[in-house]
This record gives sequence, C-alpha cells and structure tokens, in this order.
Amino acid sequence: MKKPIIIVASLCLSGVVLMGTLSGKDVDQGTLEKLKAKYAAKHLPSADHAAFDALKKKFTSPRQVTEACISCHNKRHLEVMSSNHWNWEREEYVEGRGVVYLGKKNAINNFCISAGGNEKSCAKCHIGFGLDAKGKEYSDPKSVDCLVCPDNSDTYAKAPDEAGAPAAALDLNAIAQSVGRPKRANCGVCHFFGGGGNNVKHGDLEKALFEPGRELDVHMASPGANLQCVDCHTSEKHNISGKLYSLSSMNQNRSTCDQCHTAAPHADGVLNEHTLKVACQTCHIPSYARANATKMFWDWSTAGKLRNGKPYIEEDSMGNHAYMSIKGSFTWEKDVKPDYIWFNGTASHYLGGDKIEDPSKPLALNPLYGSYADEDSKIIPVKIHRASQPYDPVNKILIKPQLFGDKKGEGAYWKDFNWQTAAKVGMKTAGLPFSGKVDFLKTEMYWPVNHMVAPKEESVKCQECHAREGGRLAGLNDFYLPGRNYSAPVEAGGKWLLILSLLGVLAHGAGRLISGRKNGENK
Amino acid sequence: MKKEKEVLIYSGFERFWHWAQAGLMLFLAFSGFEIHGAYSFLGFGEAVRYHNIAAYLLIVLIAFAIFWHFTTGEWRQYVPTTQHIRAQLEYYVFGIFRNAPHPTKKTVLCKLNPLQKLTYFGLKVFLIPATLVSGLLYLFYRHPAGGGIETLTITSLNTVAIVHTACAFALAAFVIVHLYLTTTGKTVTSNLKAMLTGFEDLEGSGCEPAGK
Repeated sequence: MKKPIIIVASLCLSGVVLMGTLSGKDVDQGTLEKLKAKYAAKHLPSADHAAFDALKKKFTSPRQVTEACISCHNKRHLEVMSSNHWNWEREEYVEGRGVVYLGKKNAINNFCISAGGNEKSCAKCHIGFGLDAKGKEYSDPKSVDCLVCPDNSDTYAKAPDEAGAPAAALDLNAIAQSVGRPKRANCGVCHFFGGGGNNVKHGDLEKALFEPGRELDVHMASPGANLQCVDCHTSEKHNISGKLYSLSSMNQNRSTCDQCHTAAPHADGVLNEHTLKVACQTCHIPSYARANATKMFWDWSTAGKLRNGKPYIEEDSMGNHAYMSIKGSFTWEKDVKPDYIWFNGTASHYLGGDKIEDPSKPLALNPLYGSYADEDSKIIPVKIHRASQPYDPVNKILIKPQLFGDKKGEGAYWKDFNWQTAAKVGMKTAGLPFSGKVDFLKTEMYWPVNHMVAPKEESVKCQECHAREGGRLAGLNDFYLPGRNYSAPVEAGGKWLLILSLLGVLAHGAGRLISGRKNGENK
Repeated sequence: MKKEKEVLIYSGFERFWHWAQAGLMLFLAFSGFEIHGAYSFLGFGEAVRYHNIAAYLLIVLIAFAIFWHFTTGEWRQYVPTTQHIRAQLEYYVFGIFRNAPHPTKKTVLCKLNPLQKLTYFGLKVFLIPATLVSGLLYLFYRHPAGGGIETLTITSLNTVAIVHTACAFALAAFVIVHLYLTTTGKTVTSNLKAMLTGFEDLEGSGCEPAGK
C-alpha cells in the first residue's frame, strides 16, 4: 500500500525534471537559420567600375578622381556633404538645452580633447581632402573623398597630418576602378584607431576585427558569417545608421540587434522577458577588448616631461604606450568586464564654455540618461574612460588646448610643452575665455559597448547578475533584482522563525522523552 | 468504550494529494531559496526553470484538491472551531508529558483536532493562496513597457518578491512543526503510517470529544 503512493509522488517530481529538460532550448533556430542563409549569399556588384572610360584616364590628383565620380553620380556628393561624416556635426536635441549642433567639429572629449585648431592632424579621418580650421573645404565638392569608403583594393591610405589628403604614390586609377561595397577595412581604418592608436577609444572596435575569429565576434568572424560593418550599419543616401553617444544625444537612427534578431529572439520566455529591461549587449558581450588592450585612463597632468630636452615614450608590459611626453600617462586594460548603466537612448554633453559646477567631483562629459523607473531604459554595458584633463580653475571651464603644430613657438603643446601658451592659443581659436591658469580636472566618458558579441556559450550566466554579492549589476541599485535583493527584516524574521520552530520542537520532543521515561518509572 | 478497529481514514486521492503536495513544496522551497540567493546548487537559471514548472504542477494539483474537497464534503473537516481548542492546547503544553490521553478523538468524520482545523484553515485560506498569488504575480508581472505588452504591469518587483519570501519562510516553519507533530499520535509512527497506508486503528466514528 505504501509503495504506489511513493511511486506516484516520485513520478510527479520526475515529471518536473522531464518537463524542464525538454523545455531547455534557448535559441529560436528558425530565425538564425534564415539569417545565416541570407548572409551566406554572395554580394553581386551592380557595376564593374574597371569598365568605365571615365576611370581609365590617368589621375594625377585625388580631386580629379572625385570629379570623375561626380561626372556619373552627379548628385551623390551632395548627400555626402550633408552627412555628419562630412560636416563633423549634426543637429541634436538635448534635454534642457534645446537644439545644438554637435560633432567632432566642436565637441570636447577626454582623449585628445578637441579637434578645433588641430584639424591638420585630426582630419586624417575626415572624408575630404584638406580640411582646415577655416572651413573653406566644406563647400567644395571636389574635396569629397570618394575613395576612402568604397576602396576595395585595400591600398588607399591617408597621409598623417595632411588634413585628410591621401598618401603620396597611390595608384589612383586602380583604386578608383576597384570601388565597391565598403568592407570592414574601409570603416576600421578610422573607427578602430580613433584617439591616436588601436582600440584607444571604443574598447570594442579595434584592428583584431579586420579578421576576427568567432570567439572575438560571432558576426564579423571571417571564417563564419563574415559580416561587414555596412551589413548592420545600413545606409540611405550616404546617411549611415548607428552612432555613438560620445557625440550623439537623440534616440534615433540607431543600429540595433532587433533589426535582424527581432525583439524576442530566445525560445525561452524568461530570457525574452529580460529584453524589456536588459539590452542584448549586456549578456552577449561578457567583456570587451578581448584581443588587444584598450585605454582606460588618460592622465594629461603628467605630460611634458622631457629627456635631454626631447619628448619620449614608455611602454607597458603589453607593449602599449604607458607614457608619452606629448600626451601624459595611460592605463590600458585587456578583456575588461563592462560597467553597466540604465540607458534610454538620450544623452547630454559638456559643450565648450559650460561652467563646471563642482570641480572636486569627476565631470561626466556625456552623461547617458536612464533609470529603472524609466519605461524606455534598458541596462547596457559601457566602457568608462576616465581622464585628468586641463581646465581653467578661474573660469571653471574645460580647456581646448592647441596640441598640433608644424613648428615650435606657435603655442602648440606637442612642440612647446607649455600648457599656458597651448591653452591661450587653443581657447582663442575656440572663442572661449582663458584666465591664464591651468589645472587638471577628473573627467569621465561613457562608451556604450556594442561589438565583440561572443558565441552564445560565452554569454553572461544568470548568476553573474543574480547574485547576493559582487554581481555584475552590483552598481545598479534602483530596483529589486531576484537573487540579489532581499528585505532585511523579512530575512531576519524568517531565519528566527525557522530557528525557533526547530528549537521548539526539539525542546518539546526532549521533554516528551524525559517525561516519558519518568512516567514509565512511576508506573 | 468502543473497540478499536482498523479503518480507512485517508482515501487514495487524499494520500496522493498530500504526498505530491509535500514533494512539490519541498522542491519549491529548495529551488526557491536558491533563487532567493541563499545558496547555489542547480544554478540560478535552472532553479528558476524548475521552480516554475513545479509551481504549475502544484497549481494543477491544488485545482484537483479543491474539486475533491467540495465533491466529497471533506471541506467541512477544516472549518475552524473554538470548541476544545483550549483542551488541545493544554494537552500539547502539559498533558503530553504526563501521558494523558488525547483530549479529542480522531474519527473518519472528525480526523482533525481543533488546533489542526485552525492551522490547516489558515494554511488553505491564507498562507497558500498568498504564496500562490504572489508567485503568480512574480511570474507574470511585466516591467512597465509603454503598453507594448498586454499583461500585468507592476512598477517594482519589491513588494511581490518580499511577500513571496515571507510566505516561504512561514511555510518552511509549518513543515518543521508539522513533521514533529506527526510523532504525537498514539505511537510515534502511527500518524505517518496512516498517511501512507490510509488505515489507522480508530475507535468510534462521530465527531465528539473523547470522554475522560
């Protein structure tokens, strides 16, 4: 009689286990298979540029190439010239500020600080030839660089410190005839090296992504899907989707995971629910800078030390610059666990001339907005780049120094190593006041981490966040996270209830044992 | 005095319900306290998955049990009464140590003593529903999603989760005391045996207190 009941009860429990095992898959294979098929199809170019006569006549300058391009694509240059790649600014609505025009042109970051006045060096990554501070080039269609993006010969290169002009001795005809769909190399040559070296800025965009393995990036893996940047960053009339919040403020024209994977990509309902509050990147990018280190801290205050009157460079154990006389000291890190913040797609920015409220606290140059209570916010991974950078302690504003210069004595910091003159010249160019005093201010920049999506086996595990202590989300404390949060009174009350119950029954039982024996003796 | 005889006090379904519920609740407690962060065994994700499955099975079981209670009229056994409650309390506090007889008689029609009636009534009407409702809210609440998802919108999990946790502690305490009190039958194992086999040696059949 006992057995059947125990069997039924244990059948019931094994039912739990069985259902659990059978419902254990967590990827919707259908969508993935379709995506794989779509991106395995070979790209067929719609024209062979090598066959066009306009590209056969001998080019002696890059401007001639642009003219040849415009002779057929006779309106395309206008699209380029209205893009933010060209203008280095776009209109942004910033909460509390209204509409501002913001971009590389006028922004202040905590790397090389500001492009203004330093165009000759910075414009190596401008999609034009010869960008100068006066902005003359902005209006000349022949200055549009039609080769840097679609070059498929892998030979086009820009010259350093030549304001965007290409390197000398290029076979411009071969390059012009090779043009096609932009490849990772075309975008990466600028976007992987922003800030003056590989992986300085982003942490998730670097030269290892030219030919990454699957473990570094499942999408771009060259032995796998081999996606190019433009597969996700689609474009319409030279306006490319996707942008970074170092310069952007509005929740629009973003490139998202959803556009391919849908908003509910998991077979597991509990995982799909997470997508309401957790961005895909949070779980699927367990760490960034997995191949090469990224810069985490930049201390401008130590810059200017010279050896025998000459600037010098020191390297750390990984071979990265640890000190440069022209830039100061750096800290690099590899395979970094991101920080996590709430983000609703809007941001603000420190703009030139903004008063610094409290110089004793680190200044966020691009505060990203969001909170648990905000319906549009999700948890996203970010790289926080910290710096100590020059500011004017009297006017309480950040300094845009003149860094680049051709020769000594013009105030350029990289030639003269004098903050006062560099600040004076730089602030004059920017049209900002300068008191004559230079001090250093701690600043932070938030860089959302979007690339280096890991194979699903490497995704962040549940208990890395759902943990009492030291979880990845330990810094986000405005909500109840199962496994982490609890009510201290309920916890203490519950424990005491269990302890007292146990002690109570033990005491009662002991009492029965002792009294039972006594009664037995009495009988 | 009537003679004792072996009678069927717990029907087949009742025993199945009792033991299945016992198993599921123990499993729910085990996986639940892991989700709560008290320890790590299955891993958080697996603990959640199995906890949810066990919860669904328990809900099905409870649905059948409610049907059984009403169709058999067994629900009457759980209507609390103040009658003899003092006598029952005095028995557990004093009488039991003096080998005094049980103040209430256990019969087929009256198998629960007044304290049991009260406890089980509280369990069935308050504690288990509170656990269930807070658990269902925990499962089916949605973050504010701007009207994008047509389900329950709760702005914070805080209250739901804490109520569910408090219920779990109370249920765990119940299990401890309940297990101990099974040893207070005629013999240490007679209650357990009855719940397993369904049969127990009982005298009488009415619902009257035991005579002194």
